[in-house]
Amino acid sequence: MAVDSISEGRQTAFRGRAALALIGCNHLTAGVELRERVAFTPEQALRAATDLCQSGVIEEAVVVSTCNRSELYGVAEERGETLPNTLVSYFSEFHKLSPVELNGRIYRRAGREAARHLFRVASGLDSMMLGEAEILGQVREAYSRALSNGSTGPVLNRLFQGALEVGKRVRAETEIGTRPVSVAAAGVKLAERIFGDLKGHSALIVGAGAVAEQVMENLCARGIGGVEVVNRSFARAEELALRMGGKVSEWSALERALESPDIIVMSVSGSSHVLTRPMLERAMLARAGRAICIIDLSVPRSVEPEVDGIYNIYLFNVDHLGEIVEQNKKAREAEVPRVEAIVDEHVNKFLAWQSSIEGAGLIESLRKRLEIERQSLIAAHIGGANDTYNSERQLLEKLTRELIDRIVDLPASHLRSERKLRRPVEGLAALRELFGLADSDEKGES
Amino acid sequence: MKYSMGIDVIALVLYLASFVAYTVHLHRDRRWSGRAATLLLILAILAHYYALLERSRLIHAIPYDDLYGSMSLFAWLLAVTYLGLEMYHRRRAVGSFVVPFVILWLVIAMLVAPARAHSEPAANGALFAFHITIGILAYAAFAISFLLSLIYLVQNRVLRRGRPGFAFWRFPALDVLERMSRSSVWVGLVALAIGTILGFVWEHRLTGHFAMADPKVLVTLVVLAVYAVYLSIVHAPTWRGARAASVCACNFVIVLFSYTIVNLYFTGFHRFF
Repeated sequence: MAVDSISEGRQTAFRGRAALALIGCNHLTAGVELRERVAFTPEQALRAATDLCQSGVIEEAVVVSTCNRSELYGVAEERGETLPNTLVSYFSEFHKLSPVELNGRIYRRAGREAARHLFRVASGLDSMMLGEAEILGQVREAYSRALSNGSTGPVLNRLFQGALEVGKRVRAETEIGTRPVSVAAAGVKLAERIFGDLKGHSALIVGAGAVAEQVMENLCARGIGGVEVVNRSFARAEELALRMGGKVSEWSALERALESPDIIVMSVSGSSHVLTRPMLERAMLARAGRAICIIDLSVPRSVEPEVDGIYNIYLFNVDHLGEIVEQNKKAREAEVPRVEAIVDEHVNKFLAWQSSIEGAGLIESLRKRLEIERQSLIAAHIGGANDTYNSERQLLEKLTRELIDRIVDLPASHLRSERKLRRPVEGLAALRELFGLADSDEKGES
Repeated sequence: MKYSMGIDVIALVLYLASFVAYTVHLHRDRRWSGRAATLLLILAILAHYYALLERSRLIHAIPYDDLYGSMSLFAWLLAVTYLGLEMYHRRRAVGSFVVPFVILWLVIAMLVAPARAHSEPAANGALFAFHITIGILAYAAFAISFLLSLIYLVQNRVLRRGRPGFAFWRFPALDVLERMSRSSVWVGLVALAIGTILGFVWEHRLTGHFAMADPKVLVTLVVLAVYAVYLSIVHAPTWRGARAASVCACNFVIVLFSYTIVNLYFTGFHRFF
């Protein structure tokens, strides 16, 4: 119910003269300690948006909070200059932080820059890992929550829908997110270059550390047919296998375990080689020469280098994968100008829409102002009409109304058709000032 | 006999457009570019078919009797076989390598062979026409398996070095390339076997005996044997993978020898142009 009332109030108050702003911090401006303190849980994000809307500070609000960023997007009427500061005050108050603690770690953006920032975030340009795809889902989630909570309105709806469109287009039209930029993902992608679809294939993970887990996650995400975990510590292998849904084998059964998998991931410590050429030659005989892809992520290497010479064994170590990752990072960076062009296109679209809304509001104000002037002129010069003048008065009223329509229709049609005229918001503000319409709005409101 | 090249040129332009779309698809991996490439290839094949049909109408036979017709028919069957493989395996990445081969073959035919349709060939009947057409289809399928094997070997080399380039991530996996190559060899082998049998039947009907001593017949039997060997070793422990791909690529040298040198200089009754 509270939600409905927030939404209703905001929708009726909106007349197109809205200021957009955002404040927040991310991995570039704040350390992990501060990011942890200013992170919003989904419930907190909704509460913050509701608080801001109900207090009358802003009309619309969305909170975007991920592990790398916490951002507050707000829309207010006629508070363009002070809105970012208002949001920062609320932000510090909400998280019980002093302004000193946030000093220099919070960014403030308004208008075009705020829209551009969100579009860059959705496209993955502002992510820690350039072009990462998860952020688009996180932006979508934040928006969906705010939408169902009723804390969004026309401006933020348009802005976030635009951001989701940017994210989709960027991923469809550019290569920014296609090539793997982590060692684990690069290893799995290489295996796919050999076997194609991994669904009908199996993997053996030797080791149970964080890297092994990362590779296993990637393999599972790519639909690997089966996974077996072998580790010196059986308990840790069992824990990982249980968590990721794989089988587990004893360390002593390692050689036997080499016979069936198509992918072997090595992530173990130790100075001696765990897999030797004779071991793998025997395994190849047992598996009728079917290809094996070995991804050796251990340092020092746990697979004897001579293994590379065995027919149908593809061996990749951290150096190979590191080089691929670097190559892919450069390829992603090369896509940035194309992504920026898509972002700019959508920012301009959003601003054009915003200006058109503002233009419509301006024409409405002009019409109201002229109507007030018309009525006061008629009242002053004709005064209390009697029957003698009634027909003339009606004619005069009709003519003056038509005159107003003719005056207003021309700029209205120009605003609708002339993109150049609609674009610069500053131009509309100048017009508003020229006609003294800001004052008349305030009078109208009172 | 007057033969207009207009439709051949339209087919060539469509093949070129398809090649461009396949290249864009390889580079960008967009669904629309892949679909556009396949659609353009289908249109090119239809236009090419119409051109061959026009030629057939003029000479009242399948156009294998002259060099231009034979080369054009080969290019068309190459495109058709590739399209079939693409649809069966649902992989478009190798289109940018096969279609240029079709274009090259067609351009060479236009440049070196007289497009003017010859006078009507001897009326050898439908059996003979099938024998020749199926033989050319087999060669086209072997040509595709050759290209796929070459791509396999290049990709294998890149993987072994561990330094993949941009196109590497777009290419089909080794496993897929091997399967596509195998399918293509199966098409070629079955077509060549049927074509050879039809040839023997036709000859027996005509002369009452089999001309086994003709170099073309002997080379064809060798081609059948080497591709049968390829299919038998493709799963063998010591041969599967790059070695089998090398065998497949080498086999094509014999096909090329059979199609060009033997046809032009050695055979007695398999010389059609």
